[in-house]
Amino acid sequence: MTITADDHRTHGYTDLPRLMSLMSGDEKHGPAATSTLDVLWVLYDRVLRVTPERTQDPGRDRFLLSKGHGPMAYYAVLAAKGFLPVDWLPGFGGYDSPLGHHPDRLLVPGAEIGSGSLGHGLPIGAGTALGLRAQGLTDPAVWVLIGDAELDEGSNHEAIAFAGPAGLDRLHTVVVDNSSASHARPGGIAARFEAAGWSAATVDGRDHTALYEAFTAPHPGRPHVVVARVEPKNA
Amino acid sequence: MDTMRDRFAPVVSRLLDEDPRVAVVLAEIGKDAFHEAVARHPERVVNVGIREQLLVGAAAGMALTGLRPVVHTFASFLVERPFEQVKLDFGHQGTGAVLVSAAASFDWPAGGFTHMAPGDVALLDTLDGWTVHVPGHPDEAENLLRHAVAAGDDRVYVRLSVQSNRRALPVDGERFVTVREGRAGVVIAVGPLLDAVLDATEGMDVTVLYATTVRPFDVAGLRRAAGAAGTDVVVVEPYLAGTSTAAVNDALSDLPHRVLGLGVGRRELRRYGTVEEHTAAHGLDARSLRERIGGFLGARAGV
Repeated sequence: MTITADDHRTHGYTDLPRLMSLMSGDEKHGPAATSTLDVLWVLYDRVLRVTPERTQDPGRDRFLLSKGHGPMAYYAVLAAKGFLPVDWLPGFGGYDSPLGHHPDRLLVPGAEIGSGSLGHGLPIGAGTALGLRAQGLTDPAVWVLIGDAELDEGSNHEAIAFAGPAGLDRLHTVVVDNSSASHARPGGIAARFEAAGWSAATVDGRDHTALYEAFTAPHPGRPHVVVARVEPKNA
Repeated sequence: MDTMRDRFAPVVSRLLDEDPRVAVVLAEIGKDAFHEAVARHPERVVNVGIREQLLVGAAAGMALTGLRPVVHTFASFLVERPFEQVKLDFGHQGTGAVLVSAAASFDWPAGGFTHMAPGDVALLDTLDGWTVHVPGHPDEAENLLRHAVAAGDDRVYVRLSVQSNRRALPVDGERFVTVREGRAGVVIAVGPLLDAVLDATEGMDVTVLYATTVRPFDVAGLRRAAGAAGTDVVVVEPYLAGTSTAAVNDALSDLPHRVLGLGVGRRELRRYGTVEEHTAAHGLDARSLRERIGGFLGARAGV
């Protein structure tokens, strides 16, 4: 598929609702659909060193969307940043569309992993950090976005428990916490990571300045988690 | 004689020295044999602890950065326990690795059913694009491990076992080897069951094919053999009985044919003991095989 000149126009944060509406048909989106939106925007706008031209560059930062559910915000941000054409968005979920309700890395330019089955991203992210380190690529950062309820999956805890002691300091996790886990304790998310030796910060997941500061906080020798708290899913 | 698994770490350690793409991922099991390799390549030999979902997921992540991971543990913990990771993290992500299992169907009978994986190859058969090697001798294991690691980014499974034939054959990582030629049927012996099959078919007028690479299935090799020996086919496999019956059916779909699939039974024996006792209990010793193969092929085979 050809990416037209118009698609390279960069869009801003205020364009995201319109881009999402191309997929949903709705002008307004509830908190559940946008729980990841601000996190994604701050990462792609200010933190990740990756561009549409660098998707194959071994030295790029990697963003792994593990929580593949509700990917409209992700597609909107990828479109806004020129990774995929805006005119793909209306086809969302269609047979001929590369954009499914769970992303497929072989179909979506810029998607580092396919996801949908919860609990796969963090182990893959740990392996990506290991693989880069083994090749002397100590600069690229690896980011994995998971949801608070996704932490129910035990595979995450295998990766959390390993990454701290292994000193995977290029591994980063952002947990978007919209209180959707049925069984959870307040403060439990950061505590679990910290117990495994991670650096941790818990911030307002709608506050771009706070997110940026948490994303860029130094964490020498340790992996880093940012817990981004947003409106409860079932409030 | 040393075992296939005794060869595993030395061979892969040499490959680590030779090829900067090669990495080893372990989950405690087998780590001692990599002691020297860890010292030489601390970043490319990783033990993730007793965490099999991470074992497979991390290997996939390493593959996504361009490495060629070799992933090892017992078959039950490599294929069965993290099966969804095997399915998605390699297949769906469009990447690959070399999975090398030990313990096979009943290499450690005293360990009981928790350490037996007769269904590993059948499970992989539900997925696309896996190459499956089942060596029957330590020399073949060494050869096939090298072949597997060299296979680009392919998804390859190598099934190591303490069971072994007396001597190695020249296997090429693709085709069946014709060991004996006859006119009244084809018997395909997989991996370490070749010796038992040769003993069982002694004096029978059958072609014996030796299979150490069972996926992709050597369709041309079977059809060539069937051209002379007819389309009565017996497959003798060291894992779940019938695993390759569909492959034989597909290979001969345009011809009238009969297939008998012999292998490890589904029913749990709930017995400990020895490999020999389990082999006999599943009817895979030479005497039982002779009876079952002879019964299937009948008088034409000269039973």
